[in-house]
Amino acid sequence: MISDRPQDLRTDYDVTVVGGGPAGMAAALGARAAGAERVLLLDRDQEAGGILNQCIHAGFGLHWFGEELTGPEYAQRFFENVLEEDLDVLLGAYVLDAAAGDGVRVASPTVGLATVPSRAIVLAMGARERTRAAVRIPGSRPEGVMTAGFAQKLVNQEGYLPGRRVAILGSGDIGLIMARRLKLEGVDVTGVYELQPHANGSNRNIVQCLDDFDVPLHLATTIAEIRGRDRVEGIRVAPVGEDGRVDVAAGDDVACDTVLTSIGLIPENELSRTLRLRMDPATGGPVVGSAMETSRDGVFACGNVVHVHDLVDHVSQEADLAGRSAGAYATGSLLPEDNVRLVPGANVRACVPHTISTDRTHVVHLRVARAMEACTLRLGDVHERPLRYAVPGEMTTVKVRPRALEGFAGGTLRVDVVPREEGVKA
Amino acid sequence: MSTAGSPPPDRPSGGEVEHRTYLCTGCPLGCRLEVDAVDGDVVEVRGFSCKRGDAYARQEYTDPRRPLATTVAVRGGRWPRLPVKSAEALPKALLSDVAAYLHTLHLDAPVKLGDVVAHDVLGSGIDVVATRDLPADLDA
Amino acid sequence: MERHDVAVIGAGVVGAALARTLSLTRTSVVLIEAQSEAGFGTSKANSGIIHAGHHGDPATLKGALEWPGNQAWDALAAELGFAFRRIGELTVAFDDAERAHLDLLEARGRAKGVPGLERWDAERVRREEPALSHDVVEALYAPTAGVVNPYEACYTLVENAVRNGVEAHFDAPVTAVEALEDGGGFALQAGGRRIEARYVVNAAGLYGDALNALAGASGPRLRARKGEEYLLDKRLQGYVERLVFPAPSATSKGTLIIPTYDGTLMVGPTAHETDDKEDLTTTAEGAAEVFEKVRRLAPGLQPSDTIAQFAGLRAVAEDDDFHVGATDVPRWLQALGIQSPGLTAAPVLAERLVAALAEQGLALEPDPDAEPTLPPPVRFATAEPVVQEALVARDPAYATMVCRCEWVTEGEIRDAIARGARTLDGIKFRTRAGMGRCQGGFCRLRCMELLERDAGIALPDVRKHNPGSWVAIARVDGTPGREVTS
Repeated sequence: MISDRPQDLRTDYDVTVVGGGPAGMAAALGARAAGAERVLLLDRDQEAGGILNQCIHAGFGLHWFGEELTGPEYAQRFFENVLEEDLDVLLGAYVLDAAAGDGVRVASPTVGLATVPSRAIVLAMGARERTRAAVRIPGSRPEGVMTAGFAQKLVNQEGYLPGRRVAILGSGDIGLIMARRLKLEGVDVTGVYELQPHANGSNRNIVQCLDDFDVPLHLATTIAEIRGRDRVEGIRVAPVGEDGRVDVAAGDDVACDTVLTSIGLIPENELSRTLRLRMDPATGGPVVGSAMETSRDGVFACGNVVHVHDLVDHVSQEADLAGRSAGAYATGSLLPEDNVRLVPGANVRACVPHTISTDRTHVVHLRVARAMEACTLRLGDVHERPLRYAVPGEMTTVKVRPRALEGFAGGTLRVDVVPREEGVKA
Repeated sequence: MSTAGSPPPDRPSGGEVEHRTYLCTGCPLGCRLEVDAVDGDVVEVRGFSCKRGDAYARQEYTDPRRPLATTVAVRGGRWPRLPVKSAEALPKALLSDVAAYLHTLHLDAPVKLGDVVAHDVLGSGIDVVATRDLPADLDA
Repeated sequence: MERHDVAVIGAGVVGAALARTLSLTRTSVVLIEAQSEAGFGTSKANSGIIHAGHHGDPATLKGALEWPGNQAWDALAAELGFAFRRIGELTVAFDDAERAHLDLLEARGRAKGVPGLERWDAERVRREEPALSHDVVEALYAPTAGVVNPYEACYTLVENAVRNGVEAHFDAPVTAVEALEDGGGFALQAGGRRIEARYVVNAAGLYGDALNALAGASGPRLRARKGEEYLLDKRLQGYVERLVFPAPSATSKGTLIIPTYDGTLMVGPTAHETDDKEDLTTTAEGAAEVFEKVRRLAPGLQPSDTIAQFAGLRAVAEDDDFHVGATDVPRWLQALGIQSPGLTAAPVLAERLVAALAEQGLALEPDPDAEPTLPPPVRFATAEPVVQEALVARDPAYATMVCRCEWVTEGEIRDAIARGARTLDGIKFRTRAGMGRCQGGFCRLRCMELLERDAGIALPDVRKHNPGSWVAIARVDGTPGREVTS
């Protein structure tokens, strides 16, 4: 069960994991698997699992568990492993401060304010949702404008409806999932309004969350104004031209009492900044090496802290690696050295990890800027391989084996995703 | 087996070729799948670029199914709502009815993950099960 | 039925200051507010500036009260524990004509006795405020200008008044006024109550003229002057350290750069008269205007730095001045047309109103049991570690982090509820919970649960501010919720 276990904290942790969501639980288990005896898992909530607990829909676990699970099932399976491994868990605990090599300072109602010494720290705080403030919609400021994730928690965990007639800004998966959730609860959904000319969510969610429930998807459309004094009374939706200009005059007024925003996630990195980690502006997260180590000795990071993932299974895989590295570090092993720096090139916004080596196999995650079908992934002029597709809404994950980089002595490699003909070597 | 495999009432009959299109949900390519059917039997699928697309189009035409996830009220629990799911995908046409039916249930804590919340829900042959443990509220 | 010596209508900063001043006497006072909490009208959207004292023309009442008002704030802040700091201000000139304005302001300030005024040449301006435009040719520096959190001032004034026995009613718009026989005062209908009072002070802000009409009193006709304000990203903290004013225009002190008490930069306000007393919309045009003006002052400020925006409405009388004191109806007093520098002047406006009440026969006797101070609120985020330890030792709720962006603990939120917060905005403006980068995404539900637990407000009845600003409408399964109970 995903519950609190009051713990007497030790004074000599090998690994402390900050965040008990899918990343943190996998990292803590990874640390134990790598031989760390004294592992502490911290989470600010009253139970572990993070955002999984409110994601009651299926779509998790195909890669990690080999079957499709809902969020709560995925969380509980992981937490049962945490309990079986007898890891220390402190819930309701907020990390105020951290210092590489020293440990963390936590506030918790059960232990008060405590400094927890730890050889290694794994950052697994996840991400937060972008808010209305990030898109600056003019109009009044009534209640009823909320993130899709807030509405999800309100509906799924508290059991309350956010309104009777809901408009959704942004076609991210959380917004699509909430469209279906609300329709199933008898709420009217006026439509999903997406600024881009393409949807951000998966095709499965477009079919199963919108088409199945006759919720219209309006592409190249935005909410140009929100009206209402105390509560939202309506919005003006307006077309967006290819130049990005919003044609307010050509828009329509739509009556609704709620606006949900589903406009992306931002890595939650306040602690990373406290630790003065080197950050990557492209991912919004720390720069990491192939062992998920950050720029500070003994500090590791994983999951949405490093870069926003689409699949929780990938989060767990990355976190397992970070945890294993932290466990190895804490028990005195040297981390493997990297000798290749990856830099984003053509049509690549970001890649993680930021460094790899020529003599080990690595999983590299890319986020492309534009959708491409039948394209080529290129690592400098050392290696290239065909990709069936690469789209911004789905992280492109490739395995790079030593033989792909054979003959390359190390240095910087530009990562490009280009149309197939360009990728053919001259 | 349920009745959900029977053709929708608007389906033409009498040997006429029926034409339907689907967006493939298998991957981000989103192939536009085209199905030709006669008297409810698929005769041709076009537009797929892998065999999953072909299978998906046939399933969508003959017996579209969807997983259902919702919540059920719980008394005396640490939290007021229990997340549940259909143990298998339900006939698409039943989703809203099952969701509404589940709101008539009131369970008592504690509940364990996998507990059957509704057996053979609305005669579908499919159970609805809890997707997490929900312990009793110690303060209550 | 309730009977009081004085009814103060309006719990904006003026009504709150008056109620608090009266609360230190033996007078029986009722404070009546149309909105859900103190300061939810004009005061909340105020820029939070305590003006230096030299801006206003002393021939006007608002100009004459600016400097005495300014001097009242140190003591008030010390007694009530709200945030106030004298950060100083610069009025900048870009050419000789604007220099002449600086001459005028400086002469005014010296005549009023405003200390510390200095003329800074361009080089000094650049040294002290490097982000300001290099086209600034000279500036007038006034160290007496300060900033407060205006809602904190309102909340603490009301809290202090209530602790000293003032009765406060919220969600209680006054809908009818009846003169009692023999000139014995008035009976007010407000929020379903009949409240009798021997004296009434109308401090009802924008709706003060309508209220005067209910009482048959003549007074100024009020118009709304809208001001849009834009809060900028936290990383701009310290970019500008003092309040920055352009040389003034006819209708307002202009569009300013305001380092708020919390360090966040704010730019604005606009000043546009509107007939709609409910129009709190921000507009694309307003944003463009504000940024065009403030970028002239500090070219590095960008519209994309905006993290939040809001609009407020100042109540402006036809003659553009304050109207404070007696009306033509005996025992019906007013404090209307309170625009800038109304916040600055509020403490002395309260004194003038008290004097006016005394002139009309109200006997005012100091109450030796009244307590003019409030215990300061707990602020975990800024407390020293030893203070944090002591707090947590006293109550573990101070170790439960609710708002992780601004580091607000459960203990602080429960304190805010105990001190009068009944809405999410009431919690937010008292504690900063929900003011940070996630805009309440993480802490809002927790605040709602705490309102439910500590204030007995069922979750579907929790609202952002006024009635109608509900957050959740009904239970998912249709069992009784807000729609059924209300």
